[in-house]
Amino acid sequence: MTIAHHLDDATLMRYASGDLDEAFLVVVASHLAMCDHCRHAARKAEELGGELLEEAEAAPVQAGSFEAVMNRLDTAETGDAVQPSPRPFGSAGSDVPLPLARRIGGRLDDIAWRTIAPGVKKHVIATQPNSPSALYMLWVAPGKAVPEHGHGGAELTLILSGAYRDAFGIFGPGDIADLDEHVEHQPRVEDGAPCICLVAAETPIRFKGIVSRLLQPFVGI
Amino acid sequence: MALSATRVNTAEHDDRMDFIALMARVCEQDRSAFHQVFAHFGPRVKSLMLKSGADPALAEDIVQDVFVAVWRKAGQYAPERGAVGTWIFTIARNIRIDRLRRLSSQPYEDIEAIELVDDQPDAEQEMEAVQRAELVAGALVELPADQREVIELAYLHDLPQSEIASRLALPLGTVKSRMRLAYARLKQKLEEKI
Ligand SMILES: [Zn+2]
Repeated sequence: MTIAHHLDDATLMRYASGDLDEAFLVVVASHLAMCDHCRHAARKAEELGGELLEEAEAAPVQAGSFEAVMNRLDTAETGDAVQPSPRPFGSAGSDVPLPLARRIGGRLDDIAWRTIAPGVKKHVIATQPNSPSALYMLWVAPGKAVPEHGHGGAELTLILSGAYRDAFGIFGPGDIADLDEHVEHQPRVEDGAPCICLVAAETPIRFKGIVSRLLQPFVGI
Repeated sequence: MALSATRVNTAEHDDRMDFIALMARVCEQDRSAFHQVFAHFGPRVKSLMLKSGADPALAEDIVQDVFVAVWRKAGQYAPERGAVGTWIFTIARNIRIDRLRRLSSQPYEDIEAIELVDDQPDAEQEMEAVQRAELVAGALVELPADQREVIELAYLHDLPQSEIASRLALPLGTVKSRMRLAYARLKQKLEEKI
């Protein structure tokens, strides 16, 4: 898989420092599952965290703290050791990256879509209440053009299948569009196959006006 | 001046080597090696949690969670993927997400599992973990104060990017660009040594 569009460095650092809410974390991790380049880059951003930890001043731990750790290890059940799951995709024959497969199952074909506009289907993925951004998937018909639009907030779109094209280039499987709130674009899905993507979007300010309301179904692509 | 700086670097170099050797012994269930790792990193993890807003009792409890995980996952520590401090930072970060942010760190666990199975170390990663950590430390020293401040607020104080912006009375875009600049300097340091 040749990936041309990667995560912004500022997003990688939010990942490394632990500052992504659930929706953004699932999309970033799904890209990392598909992209060696960004996995290596994320590791560098984590090394910065390691060095900051190394240089942090020490705060004394309580007396008996180490013994408490050993005691917990000695009394714990042995069966809860973490078993790594070996594959970037959920399971054999899956076309969904592992962090997403945990939410929707292993196959894009099995998703229960809801039509929200002609040629546009959506599937919302539930997130915890303390995670304000929205997480959803979009299915957009081949050749479908989306009117020029901006976004209510930062938005992260991972292409899972098919492709679209806008002023930033062609986005195909594995590519990520890491857009901040100021970007406007006019994507058009390539001919031949629908484009399926995974989107995290900061909760937009309420849309005003009839034109914006008509565009609302297209937020996310 | 130059002489004492060299001496400090050598001492740090030895320390970092020691922790890699200690982790190898922790894998063999060596409790005294584990105690030495705890004595160094335990108070640093506690400091991290206090800065992140945990009260002292909770910070203490999280330190214990982190080292329970360090013992259990010791076999997954791979020196070619970074220094011991980096690995412990990622464990502490994940537990901070679970316990302080009350979100799930499962996606991080998924990526770590994929790395363990899939990733061949690249040229940069084959550089010794110790050498890499020293380059990262060098990049941090050279960082302008305004960039250092932003990354400390993000990594150590666990402040959301938007909150860093409002606390420093800066536009969000400025916070992001300072983070990007800090990262670019780190990347340059690591890449020029291959
Ligand atoms: Zn990438």
